Amino acid sequence: MYTDKVMDHFSNPRNVGEIDNADGVGEVGNASCGDIMKIFLKVEDNIIKDVKFKTFGCGAAIATSSMVTEMAIGKTIDEALILTNEAVAEALDGLPPAKMHCSNLAADALHEAIKDYKEQHS
Amino acid sequence: MKQIYMDNNATTRVKPEVLDAMLPFFKEQFGNPSSVHWAGRMVSGAVEKARQQVADLINCSPAEVVFLSCGSEGDNYAIKGTADALKEKGNHIITTAVEHPAVLETCEHLEKNGYDVTYLKVDRDGMLDLQALEDAITDKTILLSVMWANNETGNLFPIEEIGKIAKKYKVRFHTDAVQAVGKIPVDVQACNVDMAVISGHKIGAPKGVGAMYIRRGTRLTRFMHGGHQERNRRAGTHNVAGIVGLGVACELAKKNLESEYEYVRKLRDKLEKGILETVPDVKLNGHPNPDLRLPNTLNVSFNYIEGESLLLYFDMKGIAASSGSACTSGSLEPSHVMGAMCVDVVLAHSSTRFSLGADNTEEDIDYVLQELPPIVQRLREMSPLYNRDDETPLTCDECRVIRRV
Repeated sequence: MYTDKVMDHFSNPRNVGEIDNADGVGEVGNASCGDIMKIFLKVEDNIIKDVKFKTFGCGAAIATSSMVTEMAIGKTIDEALILTNEAVAEALDGLPPAKMHCSNLAADALHEAIKDYKEQHS
Repeated sequence: MKQIYMDNNATTRVKPEVLDAMLPFFKEQFGNPSSVHWAGRMVSGAVEKARQQVADLINCSPAEVVFLSCGSEGDNYAIKGTADALKEKGNHIITTAVEHPAVLETCEHLEKNGYDVTYLKVDRDGMLDLQALEDAITDKTILLSVMWANNETGNLFPIEEIGKIAKKYKVRFHTDAVQAVGKIPVDVQACNVDMAVISGHKIGAPKGVGAMYIRRGTRLTRFMHGGHQERNRRAGTHNVAGIVGLGVACELAKKNLESEYEYVRKLRDKLEKGILETVPDVKLNGHPNPDLRLPNTLNVSFNYIEGESLLLYFDMKGIAASSGSACTSGSLEPSHVMGAMCVDVVLAHSSTRFSLGADNTEEDIDYVLQELPPIVQRLREMSPLYNRDDETPLTCDECRVIRRV
C-alpha cells in the first residue's frame, strides 16, 4: 500500500517533537477526519533553522509530516511557502490515491506555522 | 519474525481437517452434483452431508439450509427477498445502527425504493433497548433484522428475547449470525429465528462459501435466478469443495464449541486485563460484562493515537489486528459502530480490535502485552493530542446517528 520511503519516514520519523519558544506554530486538520498536524519553527535571518512536528493520524500523515520537516530545514521563508503538499507526496514516491486528500496536509501545517511567524515578527 | 494473528473476525485460517476433506473435490470428485451420471452422483451425497453438518450446528432441518457464496449474499437475500415477497403486507423494516454493511447498505438501498427502515440506536455499551424495538413495530413491519453478535465489539444481542418479540407480533426475524456461529451456541429454533446467515471463512472454512437457514414455509423472492439448485432457492452450480469444507468446519465447531469457548475466552480475558492494567487512557468498547460479548473479541481505544498507525506499528512486530479508524474503514468516517455507541471521535479513530482464535497461545498474549505499551507510548509522544492543555474538540454530539426511531 505504501512506498518504501513512506514506510521509512513512518517507522523512523524525523524531527518529532516540539520547539520551546518556537518562532512560529501551525496546526491543521481536525479530530473528526482523523488527522491533526502541528508544526513548530525556529527561524533565524529569514532561514528555517529547525522544524519539529507532532501528528495524530495514519501512516501517510506521519510520513508526510516527517518529510516536510526535512524539506523545510535550511530553506528561506519564501522558499518554504512555495512547498506544496504534492511536492511532499512526490518526495515520498507517492501516496495511495485515497490518502492524497485527507492525510496530505503537511505543507499546509508548515505554511500555517510560517504565517504565525510572520504575524509575530511583522 | 513472529506472526501473531488476532484478526479472526475478519477471516480465519482454513482448518487442516477442512482442507483435507475438500481436496478430493478438486481432483477425482469433480462432478456437478446436479448431473445424473456417475460423476454427479459421486458428489451429490457430499453436498447433502454438509447440509446435515450445518443443520446440526444450528439445530434445524437440513432441508432448511441453503448454500450460498458468502454472508453478504445471505443478508441481501434475506432482506431483499422478504421486502419483495411481503410487499403486499407492508413496507417497514426494523434493524439496528450497528449492523454489518451487508445489512445496512441493503436497507439503505430499499429506502430508495419506497421502504421505511428503522435503525435502532444502541447505548454507550453498544446494547439495544428492547422496549424501543417493540415500540418500533407497526402493522406495516415485515422484517426484523438484528445481528447475533457484533463484528467490531463482539457484543451479543439477546436473540432469544428478540425472537419472542418477533413471535408475539408475528414479524419475520432475520439474524446475521456470521460472527456468532462457531463461537457460541446458536440454536435457531430455540430463538424463534426465521432466517440466519453463516459465513464459511469465519469458522475455518474457505472464503467463497456461506449458508443460510430459512425456516420451512418462509416465502422469499429469489435473489439469484437460473437453475434449480437448492430447491429453487438459489441458482448456480454448487461450490462443492467449499460446501464440503463448510460442513466439516461446522462439525468441528459443534464438537469443540465448549472447549474452544473456554480456551479462547481465557486468552481474551488475559489480554483485556493486561491492556487495561498496563496502558493508561484506554477505553473498552463494548459491553463491560464479558459474558455479553463473544469470547474471542476485544475492542479497545488507545486514546490520542490513530488506529492505522497503530496497526502498522503492530504489523512491524508481526501482530495482525484491525481498527475502526477512517483510514482502515475505507471511508472518510470512523466506524459506524463506534459512532452509534457515541464513542468520542478521537477514540473511534483509535479503536483497535483483537479477535482471537483457537490457534492463539498464551505466549502470543504475553508477546502482545510486551510489545504493545511501548508502541502506544511512542505514537502518543508523536501526537499533538497527548498532554494537550486545551480540550480536544468534537465529542459525542458529532456522532453519526442514522435515524431516530
